[in-house]
Amino acid sequence: MHSVSRPIQILLVLLSALLLLYPLFGEALAGNAYDYWLQKMTTVMILAILAVSLDLLVGVAGMVSIAHAAFFGLAGYTVVLVAPEWEPGNLWILLPAALVIAALASLVMGLLIIRTSGIFFIMATIAFSQMIYYIFHDSDFAGGSDGAYLFSTPETMVMGRSLLDLGDRLTLFYVTLISLLLIYLLLRIVLRAPFGRVLIGIRENEQRVRALGYNPSFYKLSAFVIGGTIAGFAGVLSAIQYQYIDPSQVNWHLSAEVLVMVILGGLGSLYGPILGAFAFEGLHYTFSSFTRHWQLPMGIVVIVMVLMLPRGIAGGLEWLSERLGRRFEAPAPSARKPTEEHRAAEQHND
Amino acid sequence: MDPSFILIQTLNGVQYGLLLFLIASGLTLIFGIMHIINLAHGALYMVGAYLAFWLTGYTGNLFLAIVLALPLAVALGIAIERFLIQRLYERDHLDQVLLTFGLILVFDALQSIFWGNDVHGVAVPALLSGSIALTDNLNYPVYRLFISAICLAIALGMYVLIQRTRLGMIIRGGASNREMVSALGINIRWVYTLVFAVGAALAAFAGMIAAPVSSVYPGMGSTILIICFVVVVIGGLGSVKGAFLGALMVGLVYTWGTVLVPQFAGAVVYALMAAVLLWKPRGLFA
Repeated sequence: MHSVSRPIQILLVLLSALLLLYPLFGEALAGNAYDYWLQKMTTVMILAILAVSLDLLVGVAGMVSIAHAAFFGLAGYTVVLVAPEWEPGNLWILLPAALVIAALASLVMGLLIIRTSGIFFIMATIAFSQMIYYIFHDSDFAGGSDGAYLFSTPETMVMGRSLLDLGDRLTLFYVTLISLLLIYLLLRIVLRAPFGRVLIGIRENEQRVRALGYNPSFYKLSAFVIGGTIAGFAGVLSAIQYQYIDPSQVNWHLSAEVLVMVILGGLGSLYGPILGAFAFEGLHYTFSSFTRHWQLPMGIVVIVMVLMLPRGIAGGLEWLSERLGRRFEAPAPSARKPTEEHRAAEQHND
Repeated sequence: MDPSFILIQTLNGVQYGLLLFLIASGLTLIFGIMHIINLAHGALYMVGAYLAFWLTGYTGNLFLAIVLALPLAVALGIAIERFLIQRLYERDHLDQVLLTFGLILVFDALQSIFWGNDVHGVAVPALLSGSIALTDNLNYPVYRLFISAICLAIALGMYVLIQRTRLGMIIRGGASNREMVSALGINIRWVYTLVFAVGAALAAFAGMIAAPVSSVYPGMGSTILIICFVVVVIGGLGSVKGAFLGALMVGLVYTWGTVLVPQFAGAVVYALMAAVLLWKPRGLFA
């Protein structure tokens, strides 16, 4: 599952190209709705960044965290609260500040819970992320339950000139798309590196990884902080897009929805959760277009998905791609889980 | 701060803690015995509260409503276990999280469809609507004392059931070795169904008796679920004794937190949890 087969690679490149070129053909295709879809897709890509970073924790390292929205929202709040009220903030200050806060929060939370596992870990992540939710919900400094506004889009000054106008929807669309692609490629590289191999090994058998002389807690904590920081990056983009933040963006319900995106797309495949974000939001859009109670069909979809399709979209695509591969008699490089584990072991022995 | 004020806040804290115990004990039992994490446990609390509100509207009496609603809650618990949870025993915790999250979405939507999104109140039964004079000018509502008494009685009953009866022995056996218990000729599937139904009924019952005090509103299940996670994390997974002590601690800390630091009322219980985790990383009794 950790190397992507050729047909899927081609599909992913095609989908990325489609997104990249949307502004060219979008107006002809969607007409008046062009602008709406441009913004909608920016939102979905931000969620996809959140989902792919959660996949690093859940799918790769086997840590089921339901705290991801906490880092997303914490970074968003940092942007909104640190930005000066009456003039545009400086992105080169706001972005690092938000990322540092998200990283610190995930480090502190991680230090408290990384040694636990299973259900205890799940419960502790929900509980701590709700602590952050209640801090924003109950207190005045961030607008309480009403939320807070970002009054002007942060500026991107480089040597006295504005590099990008993030307030422009098209610019933000491309910034988000390129960020998503870069983060995906970065995580792919991380997975191929020894660091990623150890993480996969921890998911498969933590005791054995320990016996090989690695310290699983260190690797899990690092993954937790990397994931939390990327979630924070998504939170910064979201704050810039909506210029508004409220406690619902820190709530564990968002974390659980992102987890659904990860599973819907395909656990541990990295590209799957990105497709999952699009699929989830597509379903959300479809259901809410004909009922106010979109949660009912969505809940049923989630239940049926868990019972019937545990491997998600990526699982389906891999099955298709393997059949395609057999038809053209090309070897389909699909590494099995145990092989990964052995490879991690071998690498250590070298 | 005069002593009677302290007494009242402490009584409130104990009452809230005992109510939390009813819900958290189901959560911890379902984990301890079935190894299932049930996010929909809070939704069952909400269902109980709404059933109490709905049936009290029809019958005019909360007690009658509870008598009618309890079998419904048990049936709901059995149905969820038989049709959904049972397929998850051999599966990953992740699948349990997702499926029960799906259930939350379904229950939230149904609540909104059947009862709308308004906040409702439930009248305290006439029999218990009075208050007891603590001092010359301070009264304490009888209904809150009644909640505490009922919860204490149930806690005691659970202790006797689990520690002193044959059924309790089977349950404890099932928790430590499932295969061995079924090898001894005991139908462990029924034990699991029973435990889940009892847990569901406890959560729903807590919602019913809490309805007059806390009112009935959308999202109430989610709030209580998280607080109960804190209780279970503090007490240690699977430990009923831990859930009892954890619930009392959380109830008292929450109530006093609301009085002393209202700005951070929601956050103090988590600070307590963090402190416990620093001291005992797996909870007090695990």
